[in-house]
Amino acid sequence: MKILVCISHVPDTTSKINFVNDESAFDTNGVQFIINPNDEFGLTRAIWMQQKHQAEVTVLTVGDINCEPTLRKCLAIGANKAFRIDMQPTDGFQVAQEIAAHCKKESYDLIIAGRESIDYNGAMVPGMIAGLLNYNFVTNCTSLEVEGNHATASREIDGGIENVSCELPLVIGAQKGLVEEKDLIIPNMRGIMQARQKPLEVIPATDSVAKSSILKFEKPAPKGAVKLIDADNIDLLIDLLHNEAKVI
Amino acid sequence: MSIVIYAETENGKFKKTAFELASYGRAIADQSGTPLLAVTINQDDTEELARYGVDKVIKVNDVAFEEFTAQSYAEVVSTIAKENNANIIVLSSSANAKYIAPLVAVSLSAGYASNVVALPDSLAPLTLKRSCFTNKAFNTTSLVSGVNIIGLSNNSYGIKEHPSSAMETTNSSVSLSTSSLKVENIDKVVGKVTIADADVVVSGGRGLKGPENWYLIEDLAETLGAATACSKPVSDMGWRPHSEHVGQTGKPVASNLYIAIGVSGAIQHLAGINSSKVKVVVNIDPEAPFFKAADYGIVGDAFEVVPQLIEKLRAFKSS
Ligand SMILES: Cc1cc2nc3c(=O)[nH]c(=O)nc-3n(C[C@H](O)[C@H](O)[C@H](O)COP(=O)(O)OP(=O)(O)OC[C@H]3O[C@@H](n4cnc5c(N)ncnc54)[C@H](O)[C@@H]3O)c2cc1C
Ligand SMILES: Nc1ncnc2c1ncn2[C@@H]1O[C@H](COP(=O)(O)O)[C@@H](O)[C@H]1O
Repeated sequence: MKILVCISHVPDTTSKINFVNDESAFDTNGVQFIINPNDEFGLTRAIWMQQKHQAEVTVLTVGDINCEPTLRKCLAIGANKAFRIDMQPTDGFQVAQEIAAHCKKESYDLIIAGRESIDYNGAMVPGMIAGLLNYNFVTNCTSLEVEGNHATASREIDGGIENVSCELPLVIGAQKGLVEEKDLIIPNMRGIMQARQKPLEVIPATDSVAKSSILKFEKPAPKGAVKLIDADNIDLLIDLLHNEAKVI
Repeated sequence: MSIVIYAETENGKFKKTAFELASYGRAIADQSGTPLLAVTINQDDTEELARYGVDKVIKVNDVAFEEFTAQSYAEVVSTIAKENNANIIVLSSSANAKYIAPLVAVSLSAGYASNVVALPDSLAPLTLKRSCFTNKAFNTTSLVSGVNIIGLSNNSYGIKEHPSSAMETTNSSVSLSTSSLKVENIDKVVGKVTIADADVVVSGGRGLKGPENWYLIEDLAETLGAATACSKPVSDMGWRPHSEHVGQTGKPVASNLYIAIGVSGAIQHLAGINSSKVKVVVNIDPEAPFFKAADYGIVGDAFEVVPQLIEKLRAFKSS
């Protein structure tokens, strides 16, 4: 079985978000980058399949050279090889086109992406890959089992869980639940050493085109100070929520 | 040209977001002078949409769509959009709508902007304000295709009445392509408010000390008709189900009121709940970061404050 895990390289969750160039670009200065958390859940699930089904796990990112440490980390976690499609994508549609073009050549059985990235929060790329390749698609995926050519998966829905079955090839949008937080693999020294020897191939981009572009960024307006209410004066809180905030 | 919304229903009733989409679609339709069409799937009574300015409802009623699958529902939306020469399609931010949106985008070769929080800044080119970095920032995105999809953030525009004088209704059918994907079963709590649809969300953190104390959160939620939520460590420790985990790596919350009990207010937690309109915190530590993000706060022990709050709210609700 051939598994592709799509890796988005995102600012650490604690990063302070700032913008430069007239608020038109994200300020990467001093920002630590990590594997998008949803992708990390997906990668861990893929490594389990590598162990159980001798699957080959490939990781891929569409991005510039700055993404390579993130790909190396994926190799240290246990992926067999990595690809970087060399471009700075403008939007999710373009990323999906690049990944789909690569998948047409490589014929993966299973493509794992994150439910959404924590930077652009598009929740676009996995569905678009599935649409472009005409593969089955399960997003918000909280469990996945593969037997031969057949997959069973669960999807978190508003207020519950939906269980589905389908044939491969399949694209999933991974999230917590697929594996637990405690299952995430922290690379050890051996993994890190091995990762240096593993192939990381840079491939040129195709002629994909974006359908949107970001003109500018802004931060939310600063918030007013909290109104503190005495613990003995809960009537006041109820009064404020009813008459001032009008939410109860 | 036309504006098409997909008006979602559940158990024969429109979801609140259907009316929000209609209100939003109406405003764009007025700006652009194009009709506002609503697609419904397996919904008999669609009269309510007239109150929010829909010009025409296109009903697709067919047992083939009894069960939601992303592929089949995406085909309905794309087919109706194509047939009606739609240039803007507006979808909600429900789990199902976010599931179908990228598929519709591919099928119509359309631009897609998710997490849109306001009316367009301009219609040509379509320019939209969206949240990004999990609500830590916004961006302005310009869409360059002839057909574009707007994914509207729940509760960002609101519901605005705009009675239509004569709403038309037609039936339409859509033929499906085959798929090997089958829904085996759905495990859904009935009668419980979900985080996605709730006006009020009550959330508990590690400050509650253990799962045995969650009756406080549940009672408070019940009093308010609210959904229950929790911080990430609470679900990681198995005190509460994953589906209640909110924040940057959990579910987003965009309720009118968010009440956090014994939650410290870590940046990853706040990121996911920031788009709630009014935030209330109860925490024993006056230095807890949540106080910087909240509108109202009580410095106090949850085990003393919450029972009183429940009692007084009950009295208030019955008065
Ligand atoms: C990659 C990453 C992603 C993350 N994503 C998320 C996410 O999506 N959502 C999320 O929630 N977290 C997330 N976190 C975790 C986050 O950093 C915090 O650790 C977490 O939110 C803290 O949970 P808490 O507030 O319940 O617990 P704590 O930080 O332990 O806070 C407990 C609070 O309860 C108060 N308290 C104690 N006793 C009482 C009492 N008797 N009455 C009232 N108050 C009391 C304390 O003063 C304290 O403020 C993430 C972390 C990482 C690294
Ligand atoms: N530049 C990229 N390269 C590879 N995969 C990506 C990229 N951007 C997004 N993805 C994948 O698509 C998922 C959803 O991203 P998004 O659509 O941006 O929310 C991510 O979790 C990744 O798995």
